[in-house]
Amino acid sequence: MNDVRHIATLARLGLTDVRAAAIVDELNIILGHMDELSKVDTAGVQEAIGVGAQGLPVRTDSGPPFPLERSMDSFAPSLRDGFLLVPRLSTHESSEEA
Amino acid sequence: MTARSSALVRDDVAAGRVTAASTVDAAIARAKEVHAGRDGLNVFAWTDDADARAQAAAITTRLADTTPGQLLGVPVAVKDNIATLTMPTTCGSRILDGYVSPYQATVVKRLRDAGAVIFGKTNMDEFAMGSSTEHSAYGPTRNPVAPDRVPGGSSGGSAAAVASGIVSIALGSETGGSVRQPASFCGIVGVKPTYGRVSRFGLVAFASSLDQVGVFGATVADAARGLGVIAGHDPMDSTSAAIPVPDYLDSANADVKGLVIGLPKEYFPTSLDPAIRARCDAAVERLRSLGATIRDVSLPHTDLAIPVYYIVAPAEASSNLARFDGVRYGLRVEGDGLRGMYEATRSGGFGPEVTRRILLGTYVLSAGYYDAYYRKAQQVRTLIADDFRRVFESGVHVLFTPTAPTTAFPIGAISDPYEMYLSDIFTATANLAGVPAMSVPIGRVGGLPVGGQFLASHFDETRMFTAAFALERAMGAEAHA
Amino acid sequence: MSSSAITPLLERWEMVVGLEVHVQLKTRTKAFCGCSAEYGASPNANTCPVCLALPGALPVLNEHAVGLAARAALALNCDVQPVSIFARKNYFYPDLPKGYQISQFDKPLALGGWIEIGARAEGSPIRIGITRVHMEEDAGKSVHDRFPSVSAIDLNRSGVPLIEIVSEPDMRSAEQAGAYLRVLKQILEYVDVSDVSMEEGSLRVDANVSARRRGETKLGTKTEVKNMNSFSGVERALEVEFARQVGVLAAGGTVEQQTMLWDGNAGQVRPSRTKEGSHDYRYFPEPDLPPLVLATDWIAKVRHDLPELPAARRSRFADEYKIGEYDVEVLTSNPRIADYYESVARSHGDPKAAANWVMGEVLATLKTSGDDIARFRVRPADLASLLNLVKDGVVSHTAAKQIFARMLATGDPPAQIAERDGLVKVDDDGQLAAWLDEVIAENPAEAERYRNGEKKLQGVLIGAVMKKSKGRADPKKLNQLLTSRLTS
Repeated sequence: MNDVRHIATLARLGLTDVRAAAIVDELNIILGHMDELSKVDTAGVQEAIGVGAQGLPVRTDSGPPFPLERSMDSFAPSLRDGFLLVPRLSTHESSEEA
Repeated sequence: MTARSSALVRDDVAAGRVTAASTVDAAIARAKEVHAGRDGLNVFAWTDDADARAQAAAITTRLADTTPGQLLGVPVAVKDNIATLTMPTTCGSRILDGYVSPYQATVVKRLRDAGAVIFGKTNMDEFAMGSSTEHSAYGPTRNPVAPDRVPGGSSGGSAAAVASGIVSIALGSETGGSVRQPASFCGIVGVKPTYGRVSRFGLVAFASSLDQVGVFGATVADAARGLGVIAGHDPMDSTSAAIPVPDYLDSANADVKGLVIGLPKEYFPTSLDPAIRARCDAAVERLRSLGATIRDVSLPHTDLAIPVYYIVAPAEASSNLARFDGVRYGLRVEGDGLRGMYEATRSGGFGPEVTRRILLGTYVLSAGYYDAYYRKAQQVRTLIADDFRRVFESGVHVLFTPTAPTTAFPIGAISDPYEMYLSDIFTATANLAGVPAMSVPIGRVGGLPVGGQFLASHFDETRMFTAAFALERAMGAEAHA
Repeated sequence: MSSSAITPLLERWEMVVGLEVHVQLKTRTKAFCGCSAEYGASPNANTCPVCLALPGALPVLNEHAVGLAARAALALNCDVQPVSIFARKNYFYPDLPKGYQISQFDKPLALGGWIEIGARAEGSPIRIGITRVHMEEDAGKSVHDRFPSVSAIDLNRSGVPLIEIVSEPDMRSAEQAGAYLRVLKQILEYVDVSDVSMEEGSLRVDANVSARRRGETKLGTKTEVKNMNSFSGVERALEVEFARQVGVLAAGGTVEQQTMLWDGNAGQVRPSRTKEGSHDYRYFPEPDLPPLVLATDWIAKVRHDLPELPAARRSRFADEYKIGEYDVEVLTSNPRIADYYESVARSHGDPKAAANWVMGEVLATLKTSGDDIARFRVRPADLASLLNLVKDGVVSHTAAKQIFARMLATGDPPAQIAERDGLVKVDDDGQLAAWLDEVIAENPAEAERYRNGEKKLQGVLIGAVMKKSKGRADPKKLNQLLTSRLTS
């Protein structure tokens, strides 16, 4: 239960107590099936990263930027003087505090 | 009844025998006829008939001075998680309610450049998380073959749009089988190309290392034509491959004589529904009689695909869906301060399955669990990919399997999440390994369509299409009986 | 407890410091999209689907950012890795549009470097290890004081390329930390990868600091100190935090691993309200970017193309120009000053005179104006011509200073100014004698005292003539003239 509360906080998902309790059961069942993996010997096996890729392509340091066909005020929930607005942070010293 | 083939429509429009406007009108009429709306099959999340007609009108006016595109005047339905400039792009989620993308996906641009008319945004499981298209903010989509049943998912709306004869081609997206499984359930063709074959730019990410835009076709030719248009390198997607795209329609004339087709035993377990097995056996016999060499093979790590998939995909999803925070676009629900706004927005915007997977993904990446779950899963994923590599290196050209362990199930029949996850048991492997795969109709069981799956090695869609064209031709009407 | 009261206590403890330095790379466009990386545009003007994190947008890496990052890493003696992997660092903040920062984690761009920050008393160099250099993207900016009760987000900086340079915990004093930062900044300026301005935010420093009893080899519990905006602020913050930790430890307490925020105005650190345990960034390889593979040849070419670094330039200046240690330090302090000096010295031919002028007039002027030498109006070739005029006796040293001032104002070449403004040296005996006579007449008392043997008044009299002549009088001739006029 504490785990679920912790990950819900990390994921910024509000959960009611009832829902949180149900999620604990659901995740336990799902994770129980995942335990199958612990039986597999993966000593020395590379992790699958960049499947099928031939290295990382790069772009030249030039524009133009990919255009927006409609400006930000067509989709932003709250905009003033070009800034996106959010509720003021109670503590705004460091970026990990939100 | 299916829509007129994309080849005929394109040739007629190009020759001026019919107008693009009339093909669009036919699609609109057909949608009405099959009750595609919210209270009927619920095929679309969004439609805009006026926009479709305007697109068609623009095609007519440019006919004179350009070489006709491969999809000239062909209406194409597009899954609601692919960015279009007209009509919203909402991923079947409340969190994007009303969001209209200010840019368009590369695949959509390519469709338009080829002369296609973007006809509706199709319904889907929210953020492509599901195998039934029941988990959409806009309600479930119904299977046109049996409306009390699911069309499969997550691209169920696109499958239904093709299966009900509204369009001959639709775009879907695949992460673990979301094109092939609904193709199988709806009795149509569904292709998942090689990872990197089609640009993901503008496809709203679910699990980036698995996602790929896929194509539904009423026939193999429709799917091949659609894929030919959208495939190819895109500098906007760093995982897109700079590998030339062959003409997949050429495969229609290729011979399967000499083609080595492997049957992986793990996809034919003793528990497999005997009726489905029988349809597969019949299809294999057709291929054998056409001159293909059939060989029994093994992909030993197949049964690990679901655990691996349901670690890797939610992990990536938990990160990909962090951008839906109410700050820049989409839903915002005010709460207590910034933290409250985040939580109210995300809890209010995401449905239960998406919430479950975000939590699962957050958990498997969190401190203390990463190695046991995520790292382990990515290592086993390598073993699964190695299975395919070995079998293709041994001289097998194409694999054949059932697409799904069942036929379309009744709406509301599966409530246990893990049981739903098992729908992907034969399809998730291709996404994990990045290989191309497609589902083709191989008959019906109890009146419900059954799909057979072909898989090939990386970027060898051509051989896969060769086998699919041959099987379709050989089976004829039997594929839908 | 006042700081003086605990000084004896502090001496029994040792400070251990490691620094994490973020540096903005000097690219035209952002790290992963084609938006301008330039500072100062109107809010959110430099944004696109990618850096706004619109649904479906994908990153594509800027090749120049990789080049600059590798260049910096090699200049810091790191090994650039043939394969490095981008990773997602996941956390929520309104100025982080994707909800994750693209960074590098367990496979960074470069590993295992070092820099030297001076020498110990006995002469051995003080070498500070560099653990790693990795690439990442910057976040946007949150403005908290612009509108009441809301924070305002500007994403122009979102996606600007950064490198993070992580040092080993090798520094043992605030002074060493300051020296490390100055040397690091100098090297980065030499390789021209960044503006490296702490004031403008293109260089940012976080410090990890712990305390242990002298002689102890185990590391103590560290805290991370943030929010410093100058090198001296870093030094002060470290002193204050170290004293705080020692106070806790000496009283038998334990230091809590936490983030401390420096308040430069109050001269204090205070704990950030973040709980350390709530940091769980859930790093995993960025699936939108395949591994970055750098060919050995490419890395070798970047290394080959590195400019002369500060240490090499210092020893070459000492050798080649035979100028003193202090002059070398000043003239190599940044590469643009060094280039300027070197250009003057080479075209003029007298490195010592060039050094005096650059260190004197040039740097003094720049210090007053705050300008950069790269945009200094008096170009090296013109300064060298001025010095040639002095050397050739065409103008006096005093006149040269006036000419220099006019070059600054007008940008005209020195010979033209000297000619036009009548500043060419006057050695005509008649004119010199006339000026001298006027001075004697205007200063009869001084002239009389000089005549009576008060030789130190020579300076006053000569000075008056120089003033009258507007610096044009040839001082050598004038001296002879004065001597013969007032001593016979």
